[in-house]
Amino acid sequence: MLRPYPNEPGPFVANFDVIILGGGPAGYVCAIRCAQLGLSTAVVEQDKLGGVCVNIGCIPTKALLHSAYIANLLKESKDFGVEASGVKTDYGVAMKRSRRVSDQNSKGVEFLMKKHKITVIKGTGVMQPGKKVKVGSDVHDAKKAVVIATGSRVKGIPQIGLEINKTTVISSDEALLLERIPDSLAVIGAGAVGMEFADIFQAFGVKVTLIEALARILPIEDAESSDVLAKSYRKRGIDVIAGAEVTKATVGKDKVTLDIEAGGEKKQIVAAAVLMAAGRAVNTENIGLKECGIQLTDRGFIKVDKNLQTTAPGYFAIGDVAGPPMLAHKGFREGAVVAEIIAGQKPHPIKYDNVPSVTYCHPEVASIGLTEDQCKEKKLDYVAGKFPFSANGRARGTGETEGFVKILRDKKYGEILGAHIVGAHASEMIHELAVARENEYTVEEIDLAIHAHPTMSEAIGEAALDSLGRVLHI
Amino acid sequence: MATKVHMEALSPTMEEGRLVKWNKHEGDPVKSGDTLAEVETDKAVMELVARADGQLLKVMVPEGTTVPVGNIVAWIGKPGEKVDGDGAAAPAPKGERSAVSGARETPAKPTPSAAPNPAPAPQPVAAVAPADATRVKASPLARRIAKDAGVDLKLVQGSGPGGRVIKRDVEGAPAATVAAQAVPRTADRAPRTGVPYEDVPLTQIRKTIAKRLAASIGPIPHFFLTTEVDMERAAEAREALNKQLGEEGGKISFNDIIIKAVALALVQHRACNAWFQEDHIRYWNEVHIGMAVAIEDGLITPVIRNADMKSLREIGAESRELAGRARNRRLKPEEYTGATFSVSNLGMFDIDQFTAVINPPEAGIVAIGSIVAKAVPDGDRVVVRRRLRLTMSCDHRVIDGATGAVFLKTLKQMLENPLAMLL
Repeated sequence: MLRPYPNEPGPFVANFDVIILGGGPAGYVCAIRCAQLGLSTAVVEQDKLGGVCVNIGCIPTKALLHSAYIANLLKESKDFGVEASGVKTDYGVAMKRSRRVSDQNSKGVEFLMKKHKITVIKGTGVMQPGKKVKVGSDVHDAKKAVVIATGSRVKGIPQIGLEINKTTVISSDEALLLERIPDSLAVIGAGAVGMEFADIFQAFGVKVTLIEALARILPIEDAESSDVLAKSYRKRGIDVIAGAEVTKATVGKDKVTLDIEAGGEKKQIVAAAVLMAAGRAVNTENIGLKECGIQLTDRGFIKVDKNLQTTAPGYFAIGDVAGPPMLAHKGFREGAVVAEIIAGQKPHPIKYDNVPSVTYCHPEVASIGLTEDQCKEKKLDYVAGKFPFSANGRARGTGETEGFVKILRDKKYGEILGAHIVGAHASEMIHELAVARENEYTVEEIDLAIHAHPTMSEAIGEAALDSLGRVLHI
Repeated sequence: MATKVHMEALSPTMEEGRLVKWNKHEGDPVKSGDTLAEVETDKAVMELVARADGQLLKVMVPEGTTVPVGNIVAWIGKPGEKVDGDGAAAPAPKGERSAVSGARETPAKPTPSAAPNPAPAPQPVAAVAPADATRVKASPLARRIAKDAGVDLKLVQGSGPGGRVIKRDVEGAPAATVAAQAVPRTADRAPRTGVPYEDVPLTQIRKTIAKRLAASIGPIPHFFLTTEVDMERAAEAREALNKQLGEEGGKISFNDIIIKAVALALVQHRACNAWFQEDHIRYWNEVHIGMAVAIEDGLITPVIRNADMKSLREIGAESRELAGRARNRRLKPEEYTGATFSVSNLGMFDIDQFTAVINPPEAGIVAIGSIVAKAVPDGDRVVVRRRLRLTMSCDHRVIDGATGAVFLKTLKQMLENPLAMLL
């Protein structure tokens, strides 16, 4: 094999079995799996390894959310017999810590690339016909496949005057790097990103207004989950406005004025900054899609078949560019599966209806499968089993009694149609239900598995029992 | 380590199976779920399916051999892998590949050897199937759906990891996945070869028929009731219905009409819709009609379940489908068990009237002859009418003479006035 030296000057051609565009979650996992399968692999990355997730997404926000959690905990610690006086918060310090966490993770990905002898090419890759990728003046050949994993980025709403200007109108990219926080913040969009930043900034003393266009916050989650969160946020002092349309935005030098209409009422909100959290745009521009005959879907994602191959044979797409849900763990799985397909294996197909959805706000929201409204729309014969954490011993002990576990059981066969958890550690607890659904366990198998006492997870067993009409502790 | 392939219990009553044909041969790659061989059980030819991936390392039993359930018939493993005992574990074949000629001059042919390395002495045969011989990998949800739908998981190809049967496999389980295959024929016409006779080993189905019918006619005190039915109006009704169905296809036969009438008459006479169970009689509330179907080398009675609740079209479609698969010997065990009463029809062979042997534990069977045009008195005239002779065999332990007679009368009335079926 020709050993490539991509950092040497001058044009040259290197051969790889697989070239991956993008070193984010989908791309780097695909590279590792390719290497494990004996394929020579290169990853083209223009920024830091780990992509949005590691650098300006999942990982740093989790660090900041923990800072927020500590801040909130200390406010209530007196009740627990611990008095913390003179508690001060400093977003700058929290931010710097989150950067260190991100850097550690990015270095970790770098190490994994070295460990698996994966070539990392710095630069922006542009695909050419014949499974070639041009980076700068160098052209690299892929013998087996080119994998597109270029991910997505934040987007503004320029139509109403909310173009991201990085000072008063910011995105999560800027929010994650702020040295100092604004006095007040309007968050537009109450999906996972909006919910998490509202949580963080409120804990650091910012007056937060959370604005969602759809009828309720966390619109893709179960309506009961949205209700618990709306109630919890309002209790904490976050102004939650759902079903709200921003009709006009006036961006000033140090403030933004938003005209909104909600429930037939007109309202004006003035905030020192606006955080745009209303969706993401996929990175499909200037990577040579057209030249290679790679088509997009109506919604702008790269069109793929069930093997994640694009409309051009030998070119695959994974992660955010390949379609929703735009989640790192969905990208991880697609990366691994595509590597196996390229290596000639027949991997188990991905069950897209079994991708867990998690929002790390406080309390956390986690779900899998259908919501109760979706069960109703599909006219399924179901029973909802529910258990509140207020009746759970462990939750009472830690003072985290907000939320519930809800399991939607198919009436005839006991199939777990959907499961919803709101509460502390919901993100960790959902996997019991992910395993159950993946293996087609029914609520009976959930009940048969003995849950340790006292744990939050007992609520899952109880919700299963409740769906069978046999709940024990309420 | 290599995986043993056992003779599996492919039907509820199967004790031994005859290896009809190896679909995979030594050295062939096999995947879990692949059909390794066809096995003739006591009722049908069924598939023996691989439960492991690898290569078919060794075939322990040649085609034509009968082996008890639980015995090792082959090994699957990695190429070149050593196999335990390497042939020594093969049981002595119980049957033989082909008919052994009885000619005086012919020297006794050696029995085809079961294992390439014949064992010095046959090993004792395991009486019980080991646990993994019939184990099916299936998700709990798939098991529940299969149980509810009456799908035999052993016959379903799993698409989950390692061939695990999952929900979508059972939901889409087709009635018959395998194309019809010719069953081994016994010679219909004696070849003139100078050989005075030919010994043919009993096939599994012939053994079962022998056992079951001997268990019927001997211990069961049979008695027979015959009646003649005027089929003129049934024939008119049938013609009218078929005309109406026209091009839609799925014509209604006399047999369909009789099955429906028997089922409806049984609803009115539960005393005849019963099983004799040694210390009790089970009177059935549901009506499941067994329909004797002649197949090559025997007969089998596929069951039309809840026939009283089905339309003539449904009965027609179902009986044609079941009979077709019965002839190809592709019925599932649950499709030929559980009848509460049976019907046997030899009308198509120009048999005017006959007596059928009860299929225990059922208490009765109706034998149907040909529909024949006859001159019958009508007042002071003689008219030609289409007539049918029905003979009911009754188990006297369950059905008394009058009980059977009343049932038969209802059946006769229904057939003579098909509109009565609508009541």
